[in-house]
Amino acid sequence: MSILEISNLSLSFGGVKALQDVSFHVPENTVTTIIGPNGAGKTSLFNCISGFYKPQQGTIRYQGQPLPGSIKPPRRAALGLARTFQNIALFRGMTVLDNIKLGAHVHMKSGLLSALAYFGPARREEMAVRQEVEERIIDFLEIDHIRRQPVASLPYGLQKRVELARALAMKPQVLMLDEPVAGMNREEKEDMARFILDIREEWGITVLMVEHDMGMVMDISDHIAVLNFGQIITEGVPADVQNNPEVIKAYLGNSDIDSLRRKLNPEGEVA
Amino acid sequence: MRIGDAKQSYEADEAIWTSQTQKLWLGFFLLILTVFPFAVDSYLLYLGCLVGIAVISTTGLNILTGFTGLISLGQAGFMGVGAYTVAWLSINTGLPFPVTLVLAGLMAAAVGILVGLPSLRVKGLYLAIATLAASVFLHFIFAEWESVTGGMGGLSLEPAHLFGLTFQSDFMMYFIIVPLAVLMVLAARNVFRTRIGRAFIAIRDRDISAEILGINLLRYKLMSFALSSFYAGVAGGLFAYFYRVVTPESFPLSMSIFYLAAVIVGGMGNLLGGILGAAFMTLVPEALKLLTAALTPFYPSAPVFMSPMLEIIFGALIVGFLIFEPHGLAEIWHRIRRFFRLWPFRN
Repeated sequence: MSILEISNLSLSFGGVKALQDVSFHVPENTVTTIIGPNGAGKTSLFNCISGFYKPQQGTIRYQGQPLPGSIKPPRRAALGLARTFQNIALFRGMTVLDNIKLGAHVHMKSGLLSALAYFGPARREEMAVRQEVEERIIDFLEIDHIRRQPVASLPYGLQKRVELARALAMKPQVLMLDEPVAGMNREEKEDMARFILDIREEWGITVLMVEHDMGMVMDISDHIAVLNFGQIITEGVPADVQNNPEVIKAYLGNSDIDSLRRKLNPEGEVA
Repeated sequence: MRIGDAKQSYEADEAIWTSQTQKLWLGFFLLILTVFPFAVDSYLLYLGCLVGIAVISTTGLNILTGFTGLISLGQAGFMGVGAYTVAWLSINTGLPFPVTLVLAGLMAAAVGILVGLPSLRVKGLYLAIATLAASVFLHFIFAEWESVTGGMGGLSLEPAHLFGLTFQSDFMMYFIIVPLAVLMVLAARNVFRTRIGRAFIAIRDRDISAEILGINLLRYKLMSFALSSFYAGVAGGLFAYFYRVVTPESFPLSMSIFYLAAVIVGGMGNLLGGILGAAFMTLVPEALKLLTAALTPFYPSAPVFMSPMLEIIFGALIVGFLIFEPHGLAEIWHRIRRFFRLWPFRN
């Protein structure tokens, strides 16, 4: 069953057609990846799904329900669509803990008055969230040693992990990751790949990601959609996508198919 | 050097004051605040009350500008709304002060929400200009709506009262102003321990990711405006009871800038900074005056020479603080604390 179904989506900015008639689906409880060369429209597609862009045509169905443009980003977050950004979008001045707690914002209820008083309902709720964040997320992502540090002081790989933690605190149904391992070293990539797989298996969350690292994509994806110049070229399981001539052409041009095959079939990248 | 910082529960870990030493110092500070009015002369008492009022208003503006990142030049206007509400209510209804002060806060909050409406569209300096327009508009209303505000002559009111008690002197007012200031700063601190405060800071740091986390920007920006102007309204109400006369000129634009300066000098987004900034901005001009008086016996021409200089020295002090400690007085305080916490080690 598809948790997310995109049909005939078109988006243009003036004369630039970012997405043209894009249709694909995200099967439930899978790791689904969108790949494609730079400027293919992957992030635009993400922005349509999370509600920042309004596509001119087409529909997005989430859990069988249509998501029209009138459903704004905050509402989509409450419905269970969480995402991270390509260039980390954490709150730099806040501690790791506060950043993650912000992810739980939509699931909390305290109003201004109980916040002013603190003792009573607000405190109970805060403590419940703290416990949940500590025991489920911080433990799982192995970031307990940095919980009190301001995010700005952390290295890039850890910041990415904190952003993932914050997205998990939203208790999403679909977790959208925009280039989760970009700029990471091999060890950090392996950690991240392991977390993504665990998130799907143990938490039952559907992961939809955009990623350029072919090794990791081919290793951990269950389903891949390929985007080029705003159009879907193909979608399917990794093995089919790898050998699709259209995909090879999109990535490497017309010549030298073998070197492209090698690029799409990396050996022993990411465990 | 402080060691042994292990906590047994999340409650203990999230408390405001976590160590015994901190609680001791806090108790000591509260004791000083209680003894203060009995120990000092009327001039210091007067200053103490002024600082208390300034702390409330600065804390309010800090919530809006320091924590939510929305620059406002309307603080004096909101204080005016609170002051006129108190004056009008006490003249026309004779309600006791706790009721009038709360109503003053609510009235200012309502006006604050209206003024805050453009904040969803405009940010930074543009918002500053929008709030500036609002404060000019409020000033116009204070001056022209004679049937309610008494026009340019303003309103004179009776002292605050409760259960037959009249708060006529500065001494009595101190016991309204200072406990209220302590309470309101604590309440503000509480807000920043919960989702509401985190949402404010999230909006300041990066509003797009705040939105993706399900934070409704308009709602929280307006909430910040409402809370901030509630504080301003209460401060304005206290101002009215303190001086017992309210005129349009009581709340000039320069007052808004005064509070903005207090927030910046103290440390944006830091409640302690707001307190220090309010005290600094209120007390330093007075200290400079005292300095002039102290110099007069030695240099008889000191008043002539110094009085035009006071503003310049005050301004230079502010600039100096901004250059040497851009994070404000609060950061100096944190450095001192760090030093003692690590002592005898350095850094």
